[in-house]
Amino acid sequence: MTAPLKDITPAERARSTSFYEASARTRLELLLDAGSFVEFIGPEQREVSPHLKIFDLPEQFDDGIVVGHGRLDGAQVFVAAQEGRFMGGAFGEVHGAKLTGLLRAARQIGSIPVLILFDTGGVRLQEANAGELAIAEIMRAVMEARSSGVKVIGLIGGRSGCYGGGGLIAGCCSALAVSEPGRIAVSGPEVIETNRGVEEFDSRDRALVWRTMGGKHRRLLGAADVFAADNVQDFREAALELLGLVGPLGLERLKAEQERLADRLRRYGACEDAVDIWTAEGIVHAETVPELPADQFIALADRIGRTSRDAR
Amino acid sequence: MTLDDIITSLFPDGHEVRSDKGVLLGSATLRSGDSMLVLGVADRTALGVDEALRLSGHVLRSIGRDSGPILVLVDSDSQRMSKRDELLGLNEFLAHLAKVLIHADMNGRPTIGLLYGHSAAGALLATGLATRVLVGLPGADPAVMDLPSMAKVTKLSMEALEEKAKSTPVFAPGLSNLAQMGAVHMIWSNTTSLADQLEALLADMPAARDGRDTLGKVRGGRLKAAEIAERVRDLALQAR
Repeated sequence: MTAPLKDITPAERARSTSFYEASARTRLELLLDAGSFVEFIGPEQREVSPHLKIFDLPEQFDDGIVVGHGRLDGAQVFVAAQEGRFMGGAFGEVHGAKLTGLLRAARQIGSIPVLILFDTGGVRLQEANAGELAIAEIMRAVMEARSSGVKVIGLIGGRSGCYGGGGLIAGCCSALAVSEPGRIAVSGPEVIETNRGVEEFDSRDRALVWRTMGGKHRRLLGAADVFAADNVQDFREAALELLGLVGPLGLERLKAEQERLADRLRRYGACEDAVDIWTAEGIVHAETVPELPADQFIALADRIGRTSRDAR
Repeated sequence: MTLDDIITSLFPDGHEVRSDKGVLLGSATLRSGDSMLVLGVADRTALGVDEALRLSGHVLRSIGRDSGPILVLVDSDSQRMSKRDELLGLNEFLAHLAKVLIHADMNGRPTIGLLYGHSAAGALLATGLATRVLVGLPGADPAVMDLPSMAKVTKLSMEALEEKAKSTPVFAPGLSNLAQMGAVHMIWSNTTSLADQLEALLADMPAARDGRDTLGKVRGGRLKAAEIAERVRDLALQAR
């Protein structure tokens, strides 16, 4: 017997909702305190891309991103959620400008954090120049916000992953939480295969894709600080945890990041595969990592995995 | 113009810029006698984890030790597309390079990008597009995405894409299209002294505030970006 909907608490609903499967709007509704979300320039304003009609492509009234504010455990936060089911969550002119404006406000205020729910293949090709520049503007705005004391947290677990320029924006955030299906990379599997051949990367080998770009590898490598199980409640708790951890950006952090990345190249630069890296990190039977359930993986990652804390 | 021609014309008073496997590192003397830190990517080299880390290290070593502006020369391929680079977290290395350049710019070391050849995608984001002022030289041919790849993804013929490209700067490759977007601030002449043009720019640097969306609007390339960003910013400020 399933309980009547009204008896289910928001937390229970968030716990039973897959982050990967949910829409951008459902993710925000369940991530934030119940009923607290208010959108800026919602779909009723029909601010669509001015460029898709050149290609006879359908527009979406929110251009594939939802931005606004709400509360997380009572504290105000700014939020942006990409909709991976519209044009692969790709950055276009309007889509990107909404996030840029949000970050500029956060910078001016200085104390309200920003949560970015990434779900993107990168630049929207039909408006490639505008999308690329939007990403550059967002990266600059993230850095300016962080330099003013704003915490910018990335949550990555959507069906389009976090690719292309999305991966670069993620690299600019104060901290990231990632789930197993959340992939973070610059070049996608198909792009590498098309440019370098199937011998370099077989995009149809899903196990290869997950272990090279997926959330478990990114957590073990220290690219993401928290690993979340694939449900919205876990991401909510991850966001709260990260908001309590991260400090302000300064030169020392960038120097520490230089050292962190140099150390990674020294240790793992010659590794051929993710399993070799995990083995070098000291994981026994590293080949079993992809099969580990979330709780066992988190215990392992907390024991062995690296973090980017104070070094990003 | 070759890279040697460009550097000689930029810095007649001398420079110590070396290219090592496509990675440019060094410094040069400005007419004023001040020093300018120089870095970049040459020979259409792909920007991978190793190259990006050397470039960011060069800037970080200079911060606190030197003063003066920073020049980023760009003739690169795209980001390096390989299993190894992605395995090691290329997104973090490219983001780190951009972050270091932006940090320097915001803290008294104004950055200028000089796009003199090719560049694309993640490599452009981590270099030229992470500087305060991006200058193009005639003949530069940046491409966020090349038309053959676009044809594949959009399932349109090359002819159809080329036809569409005539009426809009928003997707097609090329320096003038990026200038119309507001990504490239100015295009220098290659028939007069680059040192003169650099000096004029340094004497009249725009503020560190990112004005590329406004520039794109004035030039008619991006009519909505500035307005949408401004509206969201205002709504968010009111929501405080």
